[in-house]
Amino acid sequence: MPEEPSQRTALLVMGCPKVPVQTSLVLYLAHRMKKAGIRTIIAGTPSARQLIRVADPDGHYTMEMKDLDTTIAALSEGKLTVTDSYVFVHNDAGISYAATIQFLTDRPVTAVIFGEEAEEVSHEITFPCKIIAEPATHNPMPLKHRLEEAAPWDA
Amino acid sequence: MGCLESLPYEVIMSKITFKEARDFLSKYQEKYDVQPGYRIFDLNIIGVPPIRVAVDGDSVIFPYTKPCHGTFLIRVREAADEIARLRGSK
Repeated sequence: MPEEPSQRTALLVMGCPKVPVQTSLVLYLAHRMKKAGIRTIIAGTPSARQLIRVADPDGHYTMEMKDLDTTIAALSEGKLTVTDSYVFVHNDAGISYAATIQFLTDRPVTAVIFGEEAEEVSHEITFPCKIIAEPATHNPMPLKHRLEEAAPWDA
Repeated sequence: MGCLESLPYEVIMSKITFKEARDFLSKYQEKYDVQPGYRIFDLNIIGVPPIRVAVDGDSVIFPYTKPCHGTFLIRVREAADEIARLRGSK
């Protein structure tokens, strides 16, 4: 049974969906957040959202999904407030999105970094941000374990 | 939400990093630093601060980032209103 709803609103920001582990990890994190009673919003490009929608057609694991650009606009205009964010990063653009989310929300941001260049990408992050990084591309298990260690759904 | 396609824009550089965009725009004499989310032509600028925006004659040049394609440098001519806003914000 899901726990009682909390006051938290977690934002999960998807990057370019070309690296396979991202969709799986976003679904897993969204599921754990939802199970803990945390309002969870997934923001992504149309393709990234379609991958989630096809994998979870009845919304068993996910709650809300929003367009990425619309979400950025809503945050900048103060129309959306979140308590914590998880930005999925595997390239330079992902770093830019993480920095933008950190600035606009002024709340804790975790960069979940994956892909072959995860270590190099993590070194490029110079703004306040928690980093969870593994060079995972096809196998989501190392990052799943890292997420379980961090257990943001228990925070 | 704004759309780049509705603007008379020119791509100066494509698929670059945010640092390359910053370095390129630093070469312009008239330049401004804006915060992430700064609204220009109904678009929100994405990036790592300081985000540089340049004015070149009647044009404004700014970085435009897409998740799968990195950062583009966009020039929009006859941008008097946005240039005035940038100058006024300094």
